[in-house]
Amino acid sequence: MSGNLQLLNDTLASIRAEGRAALIAYLPAGFPTVDGGVAAIKTVLDSGADIVEVGLPHSDPVLDGPVIQTADDLALRGGLKIADVIRTVREAHAATGKPVLVMSYWNPIARYGIERFATELADAGGAGCILSDLPVQESATWRDHAGKQGLATVFVVAPSTRDERLRRITAAGSGFVYAASTMGVTGVRETDGASAADLVRRTRATTDLPVCVGIGVSTPDQAAEVAGFADGVAVGTAFVQALLDAPDETTGLASLRALTTALARGVRGGR
Amino acid sequence: MSSTFFIPAPEGRAPDAEGYFGAFGGKFIPEALVAAVDEVADEYEKAKADPQFTAEFGALLVDYTGRPSALTEVPRFAEHAGGVRMFLKREDLNHTGSHKITNVLGQVLLARRMGKPRVIAETGAGSHGVATATACALFGLECIVYMGEVDMERQALNVARMRMLGTKVVPVTSGSRTLKDAINEAFRDWVANVESTHYLFGTAAGPHPFPAMVRDFQRVIGVEARHQLLDRTGRLPDAAIACVGGGSNALGLFHAFLPDAGVRLVGCEAAGHGVESGKHAATLSAGEPGILHGSRSYVLQDEEGQITEPHSISAGLDYPGIGPEHAHLNDLGRAEYVPVTDDQAMRAFRLLSRTEGIIPAIESAHALAGALEVGRELGRDGLILVNLSGRGDKDMDTAARYFGLYDTDGESK
Repeated sequence: MSGNLQLLNDTLASIRAEGRAALIAYLPAGFPTVDGGVAAIKTVLDSGADIVEVGLPHSDPVLDGPVIQTADDLALRGGLKIADVIRTVREAHAATGKPVLVMSYWNPIARYGIERFATELADAGGAGCILSDLPVQESATWRDHAGKQGLATVFVVAPSTRDERLRRITAAGSGFVYAASTMGVTGVRETDGASAADLVRRTRATTDLPVCVGIGVSTPDQAAEVAGFADGVAVGTAFVQALLDAPDETTGLASLRALTTALARGVRGGR
Repeated sequence: MSSTFFIPAPEGRAPDAEGYFGAFGGKFIPEALVAAVDEVADEYEKAKADPQFTAEFGALLVDYTGRPSALTEVPRFAEHAGGVRMFLKREDLNHTGSHKITNVLGQVLLARRMGKPRVIAETGAGSHGVATATACALFGLECIVYMGEVDMERQALNVARMRMLGTKVVPVTSGSRTLKDAINEAFRDWVANVESTHYLFGTAAGPHPFPAMVRDFQRVIGVEARHQLLDRTGRLPDAAIACVGGGSNALGLFHAFLPDAGVRLVGCEAAGHGVESGKHAATLSAGEPGILHGSRSYVLQDEEGQITEPHSISAGLDYPGIGPEHAHLNDLGRAEYVPVTDDQAMRAFRLLSRTEGIIPAIESAHALAGALEVGRELGRDGLILVNLSGRGDKDMDTAARYFGLYDTDGESK
């Protein structure tokens, strides 16, 4: 067992002890290039993100909006392979010592080999996985391998998830629970604070796992608002957009640094 | 002949509680959609047992779509298939021109039961989109149809039909800009608008309960054809043949014959430029098990689980997946799936047009091409049933370009 679930748990516990929420950043591997993606992920971790989710780009990302889909397309057209995703995890974790998760759709992992993927992710120092389209009732085989490798299985819950199902999901999950703030695909939007707060409250009633909120959060003010009631704030599209907007890599990394610093201040100002 | 319009599969043939047909099916969907999919499943179970629902559905199929559809013998066409005896189940004669209207009417009634005022759908060739637009006009529901840009170009007539019916057609510009990408966009819409919206899935694929529900709505095809053929010939066919994209028309035909071990069930997949060329949509011939659009089935994919872009001259078959029940029937060996190239399908398209005065959909022409092959195997004593799933009006632009009909003064080549 070599995965970093324990590091993830310890990180979230110490952040909770600080009386603040965690900042969780999402960036796809291979975007704009494999090395460029590694640099981007290191940059957000060095600038105040506590945890990073490395996206495994997929040809059919049904839960993602156009910004992340564009980045996924660019990564895949650049020839990205799963080995590159694993390398991204290894280098990001080795350089920063922080927890690194993979966020993926299920088919690439199932096709690659569940045991093979779990083993390689753990060996690379990965902390676990978030699997967007693997609902709890289909997840037993993955959780078995993840558990053996010391990897977290972070489940997503949604405002439409009923209480009984929430209990089933949180009982099966580990690391933290990812609460989707609004019904919708990933993207920058006005978050529905009341809906997210209600979902966090309902989720907490079923588990002691930290509950982190994502989907739609993009500004320091939104981060601060969500940090007021959640254990962590996940931001993805805003980071990807910053890179897409940048004319070159240096500008892109500077932009990521500024955005991460501002969001990190946001999550500290929420309480 | 009377027809029973709503015929859920017999016990034991339905999927299990989690939606599995053997190793295939399930519900691989974002958590945000789980409640909606469960609601569809619950409501469908209630509707199945509700005599008012089944009566209303049956009345619509008679008075609105024109069921039962005819069974037509095609002797001049069959001469080219070794003189086999061949009958076509005429789903092309349904209102809107294909089998699609049957499933759509069932699901629109379901959407109304669930109190959903907004319906979304995806379409490739446009048949499902037109059927959905039609039913939404009939019931006063808001209708949005997602369609790949490539398909909008090759099916411009159906785009105009949908718009005439009051539907908003949204062009999809991602990926290969065909059916697969339109389904992705429809899923995204559903995640964001699930409280008000029913996703009217067009084929026997997707997450449970869609594969079983769409199949049940389409079972009427095979049940009618079985009765009609027995009436006309006194025997069951040696082979029942249908084209397979997602697979709803084929399952609709096959299901009535599943218990009849002597009936070969033949699904004709779109082999495009040939399975070896890599430019095809022959999922069972060349795919591997995987997850696409909410269920586990055979999928065209690379070694890393990325979905590869399919090709077919038929927009309706241009899909890299297939319904999970077909995957199961394939692995059981109960149904056989054969690849049919663009050229084979187009030859059958022209042959049926010229021998019988029936212009088929290019999808259905794949089944006709398969029937020519099977007929030659069976010989003059054989009896073949082919599902003519749709009519070819929508495909005339594609056919005219393929055969050069726009460039000649007189008769085409």
